[in-house]
Amino acid sequence: MSHKGLDYETLNENVKKVQYAVRGELYLRASELQKEGKKIIFTNVGNPHALGQKPLTFPRQVVALCQAPFLLDDPNVGLVFPADAIARAKHYLSLTTGGLGAYSDSRGLPGIRKEVAEFIERRDGYPSDPELIFLTDGASKGVMQILNTIIRGEKDGILVPVPQYPLYSAAISLFGGSLVPYYLEETANWGLDVNNLHSSVAEARSKGITVRAMVIINPGNPTGQCLSEANLKEILNFCNQENLVLLGDEVYQQNIYQDERPFISARKVLLDMGPPISKELQLVSFHTVSKGYWGECGQRGGYFEMTNIPPQTVDEIYKVASISLSPNVPGQIFLGVMVNPPKPGDISYLQFMRESKGILESLRRRAQIMTDGFNSCRNVVCNFTEGAMYSFPQIRLPPKAIEAAKKLGKVADVFYCLKLLEATGISTVPGSGFGQKEGVFHLRTTILPAEEDMPAIMESFKKFNDEFMEQYEDHRGYSRIREGETSRVSC
Amino acid sequence: MRRFVSGVLSSYQKRSLSHRSLGFFSSTTSLPNSDSPSSSSSAAMPTPVTLETINPKVLECEYAVRGEIVTLAQRLQQELQEKPGSLPFDEILYCNIGNPQSLGQQPITFFREVIALCDHPPILDKSETQGLFSADAIERAWQILDQIPGRATGAYSHSQGIKGLRDTIAAGIEARDGFPSNPNDIFLTDGASPAVHMMMQLLIRTKKDGILCPIPQYPLYSASIVLHGGTLVPYYLDEATGWGLEVSELQKQLEDAKSKGITVRALVVINPGNPTGQVLSEDNQRDIVEFCKKEGLVLLADEVYQENVYVPDKKFHSFKKISRSMGYGEEDISVVSFQSVSKGYYGECGKRGGYMEVTGFGADVREQIYKVASVNLCSNITGQILASLVMSPPKVGDESYESYFMEKDGILSSLARRAKTLEDALNSLEGVTCNKAEGAMYLFPRIHLPEKAIKAAEAAKTAPDAFYARRLLNATGIVVVPGSGFGQVPGTWHFRCTILPQEDKIPAVVSRLTEFHKGFMEEFRD
Repeated sequence: MSHKGLDYETLNENVKKVQYAVRGELYLRASELQKEGKKIIFTNVGNPHALGQKPLTFPRQVVALCQAPFLLDDPNVGLVFPADAIARAKHYLSLTTGGLGAYSDSRGLPGIRKEVAEFIERRDGYPSDPELIFLTDGASKGVMQILNTIIRGEKDGILVPVPQYPLYSAAISLFGGSLVPYYLEETANWGLDVNNLHSSVAEARSKGITVRAMVIINPGNPTGQCLSEANLKEILNFCNQENLVLLGDEVYQQNIYQDERPFISARKVLLDMGPPISKELQLVSFHTVSKGYWGECGQRGGYFEMTNIPPQTVDEIYKVASISLSPNVPGQIFLGVMVNPPKPGDISYLQFMRESKGILESLRRRAQIMTDGFNSCRNVVCNFTEGAMYSFPQIRLPPKAIEAAKKLGKVADVFYCLKLLEATGISTVPGSGFGQKEGVFHLRTTILPAEEDMPAIMESFKKFNDEFMEQYEDHRGYSRIREGETSRVSC
Repeated sequence: MRRFVSGVLSSYQKRSLSHRSLGFFSSTTSLPNSDSPSSSSSAAMPTPVTLETINPKVLECEYAVRGEIVTLAQRLQQELQEKPGSLPFDEILYCNIGNPQSLGQQPITFFREVIALCDHPPILDKSETQGLFSADAIERAWQILDQIPGRATGAYSHSQGIKGLRDTIAAGIEARDGFPSNPNDIFLTDGASPAVHMMMQLLIRTKKDGILCPIPQYPLYSASIVLHGGTLVPYYLDEATGWGLEVSELQKQLEDAKSKGITVRALVVINPGNPTGQVLSEDNQRDIVEFCKKEGLVLLADEVYQENVYVPDKKFHSFKKISRSMGYGEEDISVVSFQSVSKGYYGECGKRGGYMEVTGFGADVREQIYKVASVNLCSNITGQILASLVMSPPKVGDESYESYFMEKDGILSSLARRAKTLEDALNSLEGVTCNKAEGAMYLFPRIHLPEKAIKAAEAAKTAPDAFYARRLLNATGIVVVPGSGFGQVPGTWHFRCTILPQEDKIPAVVSRLTEFHKGFMEEFRD
């Protein structure tokens, strides 16, 4: 009998190497339990609408109208949709050739790319070229495209923060490159120390790896820290000296929960630094409609902007984009509305502002509630969530817990998180899915559960955690029993 | 003996080879001293992302559907806008790409109603909405929303796609084929193309892994095989027999590849064919299934044109159905079937909706497929909803059925008429033979170019069919894709033209094309 076409043994090794914990073991177990009827709180992925956040009204009205243009001719459309949504829908339809059902330019509709460029100019104070902006089905596809362009083989290394969002490690595995980690300093609020960068690069080079690019996630995921301007300057100088492309994942730029370090784009800092670096340093910046206060994950809308990338390389990237024909058009329209929201005076402005502010202010409150909640738990230390959507507490697991995990063949934080899931229904992602220093454990949860549910969730967590620590700590005196002595405590 | 000439991989490969020998290694060899940051002589080292230092597979891959000819067309279009009347035609007609709605085809009203309602569910609570939407569209929207946790269409879904929608699709597949379909075998993707990429990623380990592809083929296959580092193993369709697929040819090419040390992993079949338009006979399909089973190949069945069949004597049968009807189950053969919302009568290209149905793999492999899908989290929700609508459209008795059927029938019969009109027109041209478009959306005529024209092309450093296509564009504004973009028997020339311009434009297309061709043949008469 002939072998089967696709046996596990004959799969692409790179595929087998890929890990993506965000929808890995914990999530699969949580889904199983949910099927069995257990109430699960999914805090494993930054998916706001799944946890009750409502979509903003205006963009949904616009896109609905674009989907069904025959509505625009109906005399009663004004009874259901406001005039500015109607006008905006007409505007976006006019940017297409044939409406939402036609493939657009492979880089995205030129009219929308122009709006994105204008947004970037307003945000940063420097003009942006729509020809260097490519729209993609979510930022993830853009990241994959760029990494695929850079990575030639396993000797190409990409500097990635640890902890990181595992899209990067997964993509690097898939494309056969090498991940070069640089550690963020938990004790310094997950700060980025340039010395760590230098030593990481040196170590990689000593192994014969050519470091090609550096990823920064700002605000950070899972860590939430917001980079200061000084930090960004250091990073840009470093990349320039070491000849690295800087990949700036800025998808959480609207999610800022402190006022000391507002968001500044890597591009703005670069251009502020002036020539020669502003004309040489290669930068790709990523953004999305999935995060911020929009949370439109399911639309798959995003873009990347290229700075100082040679025209022939841009052409090659365009060529690869064209093989997938075009990004989805509704997602492009969401992007258009995101970069061009209702203005003061527009009919929908007040409602839009109310909805947006409501979400952002609540996120800020929840960031604090969660941080404080974790910090009140035994053996748990949690840095404040300065930005993004996650909390990444450190769980100081007692040696016995680590033992117990080992016995079950599980990584210690996976063991903890599974127990947490089974006891409370809270589905998190173990820190090992993001990378962490050896022997230091974390978990990632989102700050997205509804505000009114937060106190109960934190209480439930605390109860579980403190009991867990109770169970696995040495308070019963086992550690004081020397070899040969019998225990005085019955089992 | 036929050999696959690098018609599909020519120009970029040649360019990249010269670049590669220059710069490929220079950027990697100079490693700085580990104690100090490298000197600021960035002028000495090439900047990190240049043609010399990017992934060579990116350089090597090609995709003619949106290649050079289209870039030229866009430039001409701009010229027309800036200086109307400056060119011998007043509009560019894009016949290069299967993009129906960009050329005036209307979407199916029912589908758009449902999607608009799902995009903005709050209007379902308004009484005025009843006046704007049909009742069954409202009902279907409710049904779909109830299948989405929290009715949140803006949330990432399950990485294979929303379960309820997969149930609907599986039911649709079963109704179509008469054999059961498992919703857990379905992976919803942003169009069929990403699903093809996923399979190539799984199948290709090294350059020694080969994928059998039809020549001519839709260049997604050649491009993705290159991108994933594998080898395309060509099998030639027979133009003389209506682009027939002979298993003996499959066998020959397989043996040939084996003798060169290539492990052939899978067989791609596009049915109905692109660019060739043939619809396989059931016998033919059975032979292919038998061949894959015997040789242990994964059958990759691109069936995106399943609703585009224009001849009464042929019918679409899915490869899964054929396999099951032969008594072959999960243990016997691996079949991956691709479907899309971009084609058919719905033509919703811009929505990026599609799926692959994956059967005949062990649980461990399916886990890996799931894992790769999960890295991208999920495909866009609108596309998912559309896929479920396509596989489960209005039925007889539904309020929208009549109008839905009229729209569908209108589009399909018009496509059939246009296919015939253009086929006849092409066949009437001197030196042009064109096989019938039994299905899909394209015509792929063969042009017998005079020696003089071939020499002129050589002098212009272009392939003869690209030379012809350029001249056609410059003279008429009609954009077609040279046959070399799809592969063809060496020494033969073709171009692919869609049948998609609206019916009222077809006479103009025919007359412009005819006039141009006459002039061209005169100019290059030997």
